[in-house]
Order: sequence, then structure tokens, then C-alpha cells
Amino acid sequence: MKARVTVTLKTGILDPQGKAIEGALRSLGVEGVTSVRQGKVFDIELESADPAKAEALLRQAADKLLANTVIENYRVDVMK
Amino acid sequence: MNAAVLVFPGINRERDMARTLKIVSGRPPAVVWHTDTTLPAGTDLVVIPGGFSYGDYLRCGAIAARSPIMDAVRKFSTAGGLVLGVCNGFQILCEAGLLPGVLMRNAQLRFICREVYLRVERSDTPFTRGYNAGQVICVPVAHGEGNYIADGETIARLEGEGRVIFRYAAPDGMIDPNWNHNGAMNAIAGITNENGNVLGMMPHPENHVEDAVGPTDGRGLFAGLADHLAKAA
Repeated sequence: MKARVTVTLKTGILDPQGKAIEGALRSLGVEGVTSVRQGKVFDIELESADPAKAEALLRQAADKLLANTVIENYRVDVMK
Repeated sequence: MNAAVLVFPGINRERDMARTLKIVSGRPPAVVWHTDTTLPAGTDLVVIPGGFSYGDYLRCGAIAARSPIMDAVRKFSTAGGLVLGVCNGFQILCEAGLLPGVLMRNAQLRFICREVYLRVERSDTPFTRGYNAGQVICVPVAHGEGNYIADGETIARLEGEGRVIFRYAAPDGMIDPNWNHNGAMNAIAGITNENGNVLGMMPHPENHVEDAVGPTDGRGLFAGLADHLAKAA
């Protein structure tokens, strides 16, 4: 089973990397971008074929390591 | 002083730290590998040095914070043992949950390697008894992610409980955004945990202890610790 964990910065957390990318897009002439926030994507393969179990396992992985919940939110997507 | 210096893959300041501990206390520290599950018997100070543990993969300090030795460090600190984390060591302590908050990318997006001025906020801690409150010391920093942030409630608690120990300051001790090199909230350079026995700081006091190198302002931290531990023994 395949799954994806997406980690993003919480609202209000300053993201200097996102800001730099935003500036670079502007200087490349890509118009109309009002904000960029950079996050992380983890594509994960699992032994389990049970979506509920997979989700529980991925939440554990995200809480324990993949995300720092002081500054980041995460979303778990199990691919069916 | 029976110090133990922890080493994780990618840590590169452990020799500077070990040298300083030996020079100041007269005793070389034990060097402890990250896969160990116990600290040497009699350890009275754990030091997590700077570097780039695990290449800063995922987040600075994230993987090192989950190493086997960190369970022993957690137990040691819960029992009141003194823990000092410098630079990557500070990041590791935050990731391990031993200190609140997180160290983000420097606001200017640049790696900063230079001498900075720190205002010592308190002298009544085991880490700062070698200084006077309000004293300004000159020590180096070398980091890309030293921009301390935490939620408003945490910052209010840190300030209210007097847990901000070092602040980036101008040479005269004034807090000034122009001297807050990495953009840290409230110019925070070092904090302690609730019980005051765990200190994390971004600057490197261990690099300013020998006359041959230049300023020796970092010496007070280690001399103070040695003095504190000698009196406690």
C-alpha cells in the first residue's frame, strides 16, 4: 500500500525559504504569486493493506518524527 | 567535573568541546557514542556539541534527538543532572522536547559565522555563575538555523520565569535588532528548561577560552560549571 504524508508550516510561522522562493519567482517574471510556503512530502510504502491501520501507523510516524508539531501540521493520505 | 560529550554522526565540534572541558576543569570528558544506552557512571554534566548531526536531514537535530543515548539523557536530566547543548546541541535538545521551541532558518537566510555579543541575563544559574548579570561577553556563532521561535505563551513563560539566559546584544549590552544576527524572537540566544538544569545556546563559548585564540569570554561558563560541580560534590 502506498501513502503520502505532507508536512506544512503552521500559519503564522515565518518561512524565510518560502519568502526567498517567492522573491525568485517574482524576479523570473512569474506574475500573480501572492505567497509561497515551503513544505515536505514523504512518499511511503507500507506492508499493511488495511487503510485504517495504515493511517494510524502514519500518524504515529508523523507525530514521532516526520513533523515537529510545534511549528508544523501534517496530512496523511493513504492511496487506495 | 565528570563530563560526558555526546557524539552523533555528523557532529564536528566534539573535539573543541572536549579540549575546553579539559583545559578548564583539568579532566578530559568521556566521549559517548549515540548508540550507547547509558552514560558513564558518575557523569555530572552531559554536553551535546555542535555540528551537523545526520547532515541536518529532515530538520536540524531531529534524527539525533531520537537516538538511543537520548533516553539516558532524558532520565539524567529528569533526575536533575546538568545538560548543556551548544548549537546543533541546542537544536537536538529542542527536538528531543527537553527544551521548548524550535530553531528555524536564520531570518537573513545566510549561514552566519562570526563573533557576536551576548548579554548574560542571570548569574545565579550553574551555567552562568562565572559571570555577572548584565555582563556582555563576546563569543562566536556558526549556524544557518539559529532563529529561535516559540508560541507566544511559551515565550511569555520563558521570560516570566527568567529562563532566557543569553540574548544577542550590542557591545554595550543594549538589545538592538541590528545585533540580533539570526532574527531570534526576543533576541534569544540561550534558554534553560523549567528546572534550570538544561541549557541550550546557539553560540560557541567553547571556542573562546584560550589566550592564543583571542578573547576568553567563554571560559566563565565552563569555569562556573566546574566550580558548581566541585561544590556540589
